[in-house]
Amino acid sequence: METIKEKYISDFRKAEENMNGEASTAFHQFRKSAIAKFDELGFPSLKNEDWKYTNISPLFNYEFTKGADLNISKKEVEKYMIKGLDENVIVFVNGIYSEKHSSIKKQQTGIVIESLKNVIKNNAGLILDHIGKIAEIDNGFTALNTAFAGEGAVIFVPDNAAVNGHIHLLNITGEKDRNILTQPRHIIITGKNCNVKIIESYHSTGSEANLVNAVSEIAVGEGSIVEIYRLQQENESSFQINRTHALQSANSTFTHYSVTLGGGIVRNDTNIKLDAENCTGNLYGLYLTEGNQHVDNHTLIDHAKPHCQSNEMYKGVLNDRSKGVFNGKVFVREDAQKTNAYQSNKAILLTDTASIDTKPQLEIFADDVKCSHGAAIGQLDDEAVFYLRSRGIGEEMARTVLIRAFANDIFETIENDAFHEHLNHLVFEKLK
Amino acid sequence: MLIVKDLFVKVEEKEILKGINLEVNAGEVHAIMGPNGSGKSTLANVIAGKDGYEVTGGTVSLNGTDLLEMSPEERAWEGVFLAFQYPVEIPGVSNATFLKTALNEIRKHNGHEELDAMQFLKYMKEKMRVVGIDEKLINRPVNQGFSGGEKKRNEIFQLQMLQPKLAVLDETDSGLDIDALKIVSSGVNTFRSKENAVIVVTHYQRLLNYIVPDFVHVLVNGRIVKSGGKDLALELEEKGYDWVANPVTEEAAV
Repeated sequence: METIKEKYISDFRKAEENMNGEASTAFHQFRKSAIAKFDELGFPSLKNEDWKYTNISPLFNYEFTKGADLNISKKEVEKYMIKGLDENVIVFVNGIYSEKHSSIKKQQTGIVIESLKNVIKNNAGLILDHIGKIAEIDNGFTALNTAFAGEGAVIFVPDNAAVNGHIHLLNITGEKDRNILTQPRHIIITGKNCNVKIIESYHSTGSEANLVNAVSEIAVGEGSIVEIYRLQQENESSFQINRTHALQSANSTFTHYSVTLGGGIVRNDTNIKLDAENCTGNLYGLYLTEGNQHVDNHTLIDHAKPHCQSNEMYKGVLNDRSKGVFNGKVFVREDAQKTNAYQSNKAILLTDTASIDTKPQLEIFADDVKCSHGAAIGQLDDEAVFYLRSRGIGEEMARTVLIRAFANDIFETIENDAFHEHLNHLVFEKLK
Repeated sequence: MLIVKDLFVKVEEKEILKGINLEVNAGEVHAIMGPNGSGKSTLANVIAGKDGYEVTGGTVSLNGTDLLEMSPEERAWEGVFLAFQYPVEIPGVSNATFLKTALNEIRKHNGHEELDAMQFLKYMKEKMRVVGIDEKLINRPVNQGFSGGEKKRNEIFQLQMLQPKLAVLDETDSGLDIDALKIVSSGVNTFRSKENAVIVVTHYQRLLNYIVPDFVHVLVNGRIVKSGGKDLALELEEKGYDWVANPVTEEAAV
């Protein structure tokens, strides 16, 4: 019997046969090397140290297939739009670029905000130097995404160009009685002194289980500021494997927000490499889970060069039987003197059956650095709940107020008012 | 207003209150005094509805409604207010937001319209003047990083904001210097009216120089062993708790 792994490999061969001219392109050669890598690596299991706490085997109970570009209504798409963050929207329906629903504002010459599909067809040279170079193909999911890379967004901003508005990568997945697989590959490349703000959101239309296996690669140019706000709001039977990898040039700032409210099993690998001097890397995460949700956040901050700083703060609130995993690795290489790295991860367990495995991991090979990390797991403070209730605030509201207060440290880092407001709204909706 | 009848309360299997009887009418201030461990704070917490206390007998009612059947928030809606001995720090929630939520919840449950941001601000400013509380404390997270005195003043500020029917002040004087004590007391005195009542729980007579009670009750070992007028507090200060406590010991020995 064909294993799941073999099925993906034979799917690849079949797709290749139908490719005509594209099969001989450099881009496809790159895909071919990825499928070979996938063949070698296979899917990770609990035996892999990096996947010890996240069992992905429930995924094999479904037969995920590529979806169709469903004719969803404008109204449906608008449900997922975000006020103040939607100047440019690239919509993917079942992983397929939807030109009809996408809208891009007029931009300066040289700025590319386009679907990967079109870029591969017309302008592959733009991304060939970057794709697969930033996110190393070191696990089966990344290999698989790369082998099937064909959908996603490309954002290219040349030196000193100013992007007009936010860019929202809106991913909507779901088809009645089917289990959809999408493998978006987003590539973001900025030149010198740019400022780019990206919202990456994931939604389900129905309650069917889908698998989103996403990879984002971000090259942050010298002196550039790149911010990514990722919102995971899929239904609770779906799977998301998300790999985000940023590579920073000198004097750049990269800030990533990871907000996980939905999804059945979610695994995020959010990695940044501070690859030149005077970089700042910020990783912030907030996850609110309930039911049987499982949310695994693996982060890696790689300090490769001196005089850089990183700030990392992840906060989780786990209800019911949900599970969290936090593995935060900070790597300070021998060269990376005068590094300043701060990491904190905190979680609140609302029930006796919720749990979290948390592992801060500092590997420091330089001697003149400041690194700190802290992990704390606790419960809602009963005294505080009573204090609020004694002032007339009902129990449910008191708990909501305290959970929102717990998340406040994350909110305080948000400089973008529209995102601040939207996240606040999402948190209160989730806690209802 | 408040009627406590034959109240027995256990904490973790240990009997703390052993038959308390107390009647507090509108317009009155009652002081409950007693040595450490006599059950003063237990009485205050049971009135406010805190968890962890098992009422094994008796009743507590406010204007005829049974308080013991109610959740803490329902008691607050009915007009009960407890000024905490140890006010809780709540990082991430500003004092102003907290009070606006609390005030509007209470108003809503009493059939009043909720105050909008402007109305609330105006009302709050007025009350800030009454208590002399600093604006910067209003915008800070609830009690976070407040000094002991600031926390107690914040409790009285909340009292002024929420205007309950029955205020129970649990050791509000502890940890206050004389200036803070005067400010806190004046906040309570401005609150006093014919329509409301105050129970002052305290170990020391000192506070009662500023908040002059109509009645003083001495609580020893879970029972009110003596009640009287404001002079009883002075007598206690002079003679110590042993003076009233001894009869209890004798009685227990029989």
